[in-house]
Amino acid sequence: MHKLVAEAIDGLGIQDRTILISPVGCSVFAYYYFDIGNVQVAHGRAPAVATGVKRAHPQSIVISYQGDGDLAAIGSAEILHAANRGENITVFFVNNAIYGMTGGQMAPTTLIGQKSTTSPFGRNFWNEGNPIKVCEVLNALDAPVYLERVALGNNKQIMGAARAVKRALEVQMRGLGFSLVEVLSPCPTIWKMEPVAAQRWVLEEMTKNFPLGVVRDRTKEAPVRPAPSEPPSLAEIPRVLGLTRDSGAPEADGAGGASIELAIKVAGFGGQGVLLLGEVLAEAGLAAGLQVSWLPSYGPEMRSGTSNCHVRIAAKPIASPLVARPNVLLALNEPSLRKFLPAVEPQGLVLYNGTACPPDCVRPDVTVIAAPFTEMADALGGARAGNVAMLGALLEAAHVPFDRQVPGVLRRLVRSQKWLDIDLAALARGREAARQEVSK
Amino acid sequence: MHKELIKGNEAIVKGAILAGCRAYYGYPITPASEIAEAAALYMPQAGGVFVQAESEVAAINMIYGAASAGVRSMTASSGPGLSLMQEGFSYLAGSELPCVVADIMRGGPGLGNIAPEQSDYHQIVKCGGHGNYRTVVLAPDSVQEMCDLTMLAFDLADRYRNPVVVLADGFIGQMMEPVAFPEARAVPPAPAWAVTGTRETRANLVTSIYLEPDVLEAHVRKLEEKYKRAEQESVRFEAREVEDADIVLVCYGIVARVLKEVVESARAEGLRVGLLRPVTLYPPAGGILQPRGRQRTGQRRGSGLRPGRASQTRSTAGGGACLSSPSYMGSLGVSTITTSARGSCSTRPTTARAAGMASCTSWWRRRSTGWESRTAPF
Amino acid sequence: MKAADRGRLDLDSQECKGCGLCVEACPPKVLQLASYLNRYGYHPVTYRGEGCTGCGICFFACPEPGAIVVWRMKPEAARPLAA
Repeated sequence: MHKLVAEAIDGLGIQDRTILISPVGCSVFAYYYFDIGNVQVAHGRAPAVATGVKRAHPQSIVISYQGDGDLAAIGSAEILHAANRGENITVFFVNNAIYGMTGGQMAPTTLIGQKSTTSPFGRNFWNEGNPIKVCEVLNALDAPVYLERVALGNNKQIMGAARAVKRALEVQMRGLGFSLVEVLSPCPTIWKMEPVAAQRWVLEEMTKNFPLGVVRDRTKEAPVRPAPSEPPSLAEIPRVLGLTRDSGAPEADGAGGASIELAIKVAGFGGQGVLLLGEVLAEAGLAAGLQVSWLPSYGPEMRSGTSNCHVRIAAKPIASPLVARPNVLLALNEPSLRKFLPAVEPQGLVLYNGTACPPDCVRPDVTVIAAPFTEMADALGGARAGNVAMLGALLEAAHVPFDRQVPGVLRRLVRSQKWLDIDLAALARGREAARQEVSK
Repeated sequence: MHKELIKGNEAIVKGAILAGCRAYYGYPITPASEIAEAAALYMPQAGGVFVQAESEVAAINMIYGAASAGVRSMTASSGPGLSLMQEGFSYLAGSELPCVVADIMRGGPGLGNIAPEQSDYHQIVKCGGHGNYRTVVLAPDSVQEMCDLTMLAFDLADRYRNPVVVLADGFIGQMMEPVAFPEARAVPPAPAWAVTGTRETRANLVTSIYLEPDVLEAHVRKLEEKYKRAEQESVRFEAREVEDADIVLVCYGIVARVLKEVVESARAEGLRVGLLRPVTLYPPAGGILQPRGRQRTGQRRGSGLRPGRASQTRSTAGGGACLSSPSYMGSLGVSTITTSARGSCSTRPTTARAAGMASCTSWWRRRSTGWESRTAPF
Repeated sequence: MKAADRGRLDLDSQECKGCGLCVEACPPKVLQLASYLNRYGYHPVTYRGEGCTGCGICFFACPEPGAIVVWRMKPEAARPLAA
């Protein structure tokens, strides 16, 4: 088989371009035999490595040279997915129905009744299942372009194999996609047979289980893989990464900016916009030239799980981003209020999304502003903007130095015009609510 | 200077692309999925490759292929995924291939949970794959470092022809902080040893097989020389107030952030506490800290940088005690002291904080004999 | 007069493992295993002396990389000179 591959590479004139991936197994030392670029890889992983190589150098010709254990056992996921992605590589799958390199254990392609060191009584369907027909399995996928099974059982078959090898490489050269040639091969040493007898066993026994022939040939209709587009220049990379947006010169304003140290906890149900609220606060603080950090806690549920985040806004660099003892608590639901109220620092500020704090939830040493923010936002057309209403109340009650930056941050973060309008209205409504509460 | 508020996980990808990485192969896993998602968005636009692999096993091998081909490539995962990649690490190190892998650690072992934990210290720093190898390990403690250390990781990977791990936890990965991003760097050309499908590289072979035991031993010694060189030249750490410290907190990642606050408040109370934060977990930074006098029992008189070492910013090899922090909050019981916007400061230590300090102290004492023996604990 | 061989064989008797696949494969049956043993203890293949067509099938049948080299006469050389 080595000779067939080498002849094909030579005949097609691709020796300089070809890279051979030789995984652990019967093909592991292939690099000794081929004067081409060689990469030796872990057992079963050749199609994955081939993917990495081919994507790096699409002009190269990448051959994945695999045995039956490598491809059909440990590497079954890699071959399936490389074939399914239609990677423009060529796989030569040498099927000798046994694990040769390790001394003769059973392979996924070992025949029923065939003895091996790990099937000493002969492969048994009830324990080991049937041999796998790799070409047929891959034929169930959309992407592969060329799949053929050949054998080395006599001269005619050997010449047929030579043609298949060449054809598969041509598929890759033309950029059509994934090609695989399964080669039924004798293994006289491990089968403990004379070489000519082993060859005959391939001819007579193996071909009964693994029918020869072209399993798929879509070379006529397969489209040529589009060439990769020109990469952007180095100067364009910052724009690609969204790094050139100018958020304006940061400015701090208001008294207390120099010594501000806010440790904010925002908490509620998943879906109430807890994280977004925290993000807006952090962005506003950053826009005002302050140090900020934002840290989410999360449950695995996407909706209705608990959600809270820690936000720190300070004049000096922030050490721990975690807030265990907040001086501002934004509780968007009752469970959050109950959970975090005890931890609030004395003289802290609590905003609660409810008409009033529950009677057993009282901290006389903190300021509490309770208002039905969700209902307010609902009245404005979007209950989900309850978080922004609460934000408005916070800005009104806390006299923070990043007050002016908030509308700009909302404009940047909220993509939908409809929601932006609701948010800005909710912000104002929240401020009003805070004024009313404070004046009580 | 323009700063962007960005998540740690996303900063890794932007940093990688700025460093010239143009290939990402990975599999989703909480809390690292944002890295794959950001790569899926930005890599193709930057002219690079993104493929969602079928598993972490496949991902690390795709990285192996890209690295063999001379391309800067990376992947990211969390503990369970890194476990799957261990064979890949061994092959990458054995074949002397550069690459960067980010591990955003979560609760373990087993499925554990998706909450942050510094659970992969042993797997990553002591190397969970087979054979004698090391990976350089960088441990960011801020989102800025997620960017900067990822960029550094690519340089170190190329310098040592070895995998480099950026070891963060779920907190650092998920949190948002402002980042000043540096200039974009050009994609470096493929190294001369890479296999690129050209006449010049036809003779190249990427392999980790050395059949003859003598030859393999020579190869392993060669790898060892590389690691020794890294220990000489690439140690990075941050030390705060250790010169006169009675207690030094050794920590990395999110724990270091929390303990920085502890140092501040402890010092405010008159306790002489310092902090050593290794930035490279391998090569180890612990060797820079030496106790000042020998200790037989009980109270330590003083500790800190050994005379003469104070000016050193790099340590030599010898390992020293680069101790892992236990899972973040459990044993230290830290709570934070904050000042409110109105300026009042809480001065009474909370019970939890006192307990945390006590456990720090006893932990230090238990380990203190380990300092003197100077043998690496790993 | 016997027709000249169109092919020439270089058989490396020290590399051959005596598997017999080339003997089996050869269409004009001009190969056989020798009675003597090579350095590995195998009966290596030998050429009967005449009749090789240079088809090269023995080369492909042989599992050893370097045991058989087949030389094929160029077609022009086989044609008689034009009168």
